[in-house]
Amino acid sequence: MNHMASTAGAPGAAADLSGILRECSGERGDLIPLLQKLQHTAGFISADGVRQIALALRITENEVYGVASFYSQFRFTPPGRHSIKVCLGTACHVRGGQIISDAVSRELGVAAGETTPDRRFDFQRVACLGCCALAPVVQIDDDIHSRMAVIRLKEVLAKYE
Amino acid sequence: MSDFTERVVEARRVWEELAASRVPVITIGTASCGRAAGALDVLAAVEDTLRELRLKARVMQVGCIGPCYLEPLVDITAPGRPRVSYGNVVPGRVHNLIESCLVKDNWLPKQALGHFGEAPLPELPETPRFFDLPMLRAQVRIVLRNCGIIDPDEVDHYLAREGYAGFLAALGRPPEAVIAEVREAGLRGRGGAGFPTHRKWEVCRSQAGSEKYLICNADEGDPGAFMNRSLIEGDPHAVLEGMLIAAYAIGATRGYIYIRAEYPLAIVRLRRAIEQMRALGLLGRNIQGSAFSFDITIKEGAGAFVCGEETALIASIEGRRGMPRSRPPFPAIAGLHGKPTIINNVETLGTLPHILRHGAAWYRQYGTQGNYGTKTFSLVGKVRRPGLIEVPLGMTLRQIIFDIGGGTRKKFKAVQTGGPSGGCLSEEFLDTPVDYESLTAAGSIMGSGGLIVMDEDTCVVDIARYFLDFTQKESCGKCTPCRVGSRHMVEILERITLGQAAPEDLIRLQVLAETVKRGSLCGLGQTAPNPALTTLRYFRPEFLLHVTEKHCPASVCRELIEYRVVPEKCTGCQRCVSVCPTGAITGPRSETHNLDPDKCIKCRACYEICRFDAIAGDAIIIRSKRSVPNELTP
Repeated sequence: MNHMASTAGAPGAAADLSGILRECSGERGDLIPLLQKLQHTAGFISADGVRQIALALRITENEVYGVASFYSQFRFTPPGRHSIKVCLGTACHVRGGQIISDAVSRELGVAAGETTPDRRFDFQRVACLGCCALAPVVQIDDDIHSRMAVIRLKEVLAKYE
Repeated sequence: MSDFTERVVEARRVWEELAASRVPVITIGTASCGRAAGALDVLAAVEDTLRELRLKARVMQVGCIGPCYLEPLVDITAPGRPRVSYGNVVPGRVHNLIESCLVKDNWLPKQALGHFGEAPLPELPETPRFFDLPMLRAQVRIVLRNCGIIDPDEVDHYLAREGYAGFLAALGRPPEAVIAEVREAGLRGRGGAGFPTHRKWEVCRSQAGSEKYLICNADEGDPGAFMNRSLIEGDPHAVLEGMLIAAYAIGATRGYIYIRAEYPLAIVRLRRAIEQMRALGLLGRNIQGSAFSFDITIKEGAGAFVCGEETALIASIEGRRGMPRSRPPFPAIAGLHGKPTIINNVETLGTLPHILRHGAAWYRQYGTQGNYGTKTFSLVGKVRRPGLIEVPLGMTLRQIIFDIGGGTRKKFKAVQTGGPSGGCLSEEFLDTPVDYESLTAAGSIMGSGGLIVMDEDTCVVDIARYFLDFTQKESCGKCTPCRVGSRHMVEILERITLGQAAPEDLIRLQVLAETVKRGSLCGLGQTAPNPALTTLRYFRPEFLLHVTEKHCPASVCRELIEYRVVPEKCTGCQRCVSVCPTGAITGPRSETHNLDPDKCIKCRACYEICRFDAIAGDAIIIRSKRSVPNELTP
């Protein structure tokens, strides 16, 4: 790993992609699956990972970033220990999803798309988790908290250290 | 007898053995919706209970049977008896439920929802058949027939219920005859646009060259829609069998499933089902000894609504930014890697096995002239019985919302069909038949199947702003009218909800909407203004109230509402004081509290706690700042 990766300073930033890259056929169509594997391994799209992918597919790093930044799945900063996704799909919206989102933001002290300074939580707003009949819902890691209410939020967050 | 036929015989034996099981069967719906409601905890509680009671039983996990509002659903089948359903089962109820039914033979008539027998049950004389429940009675389950019935991981269950019989019927006929059957059935694309399926196929079939592609579009992006996910999770082989039929008809050798990464369980189910197909000789070279070779690859989407559009989806599979291109050439002529490509929606594919198995004439008995068959919908929002439904085309919105969905608790206001590309229809459209043409004539679209019901507590201006905000963020940026126009539309709608708009803004909004509609290349931009156009058309008075009176009649728009304590109702219990994050509510115990509007950030905590946990229950109200005193009711 070169020194650039280590200065990124985040855990997993210096992800070893050699195994993944060996399996890929080197075709352009592999780009998005590779980015997905990178994010899965490193937790985010790291500068070093982009460099390795660009080399393997013989395209520029700019092109890799161009594709990665188009899709909402990819993040460019390290995630928190826990990920909070507040659903703002239509069903959640009509049942007060925005109010829940505001409450999460106030409780954590960060805006959507950010991670708390202690890296305990990262907070994202998502378009639809597909649990519309149980709206409003909040997903923390793999747990779905259905029929959320502002007054339940503190207690729910306390379960995640 | 071929290996496959032998396997079907074996599968039937497995299925019959399950039906005639000598030990009880406990069935739990563990699709995503069930899991969100806690089905996996219930599953663990079931297994614990069986151990505690030393009972032998089979525990079977199934997909979503539809009434999401009753999740988690647990069904109990005793040997020789029909299956009985119980709803909203929390882990704490499991022990009592199982002990009561299987040990004490008391089937808890008050808790039983419905049974799956033919005749009334002697032990549950008052309990209706499950499929006679109000939410299910009017439905016709063709595409969803296996959902909630079979274990989606067990290919034998699928095979025993005539699985792959449609594909084998197709394989025994020339591809042209398969296309003719689908034409005869009148099947139209269930992704939303309703384009006749056979017509795309014919174009692709007639292209020269041997390299053609079939793509299953499972990028279900409309917020508030989950029909495709439910079908894949509950019956993955139905979609895969549909892919085989379509691929055979158009002459494709390679298939892709483009599926949202947000659907991890559906992806797992598909992967397993594809392995099972391979083991059965249903994928690969010379399938079932024929000249037809085909294989399927799963491509996970990376989160871009616009990738539901055919050319954007293709760009995404090719590893590029998912931006649409102008057509022609249509993908059926030059699609993936420049080769002829057919993109069919999950539900379209899931319908094909039934058409091939039973024939076009059978399929045409459902639906109306030109709109044959059924359509699945996710019925959500302010409706009493939200869930996944399947109805014949031509049923009215009123039948769907009121008979199946049970109507709304408060007064019905509107229904949004077609997601962000669709429109918001008012009460006067309730008798509109749900078919492609009628919905388009009303200014909305069929779309992929999201039906979001709104009551008088929903503000239509806020809804229009919500949808435009969604499409504006999802605009790929290629066409200026969509990229810039949608942003300006959001700004105008924002001003209206803030009470800062002038009457001219409504005209600007209208003009802008027409421009975006006309000046955009793909379906996203062309339909993005629909929510604004339909709300402007059918709910103009509500817009005008926001603009001229700065009044939000639904009490939703933040800047136009206020929180108030109703002095006559407040008992001074101090629960709201304890949850208020800004100290806006003050007052000693047992005395009417005071809410300082300058400190209030409208976070809703006091409103919720008053309803959940306080003595009065309704002493805090949210109302429009412009409400006249006699409107001061909770």
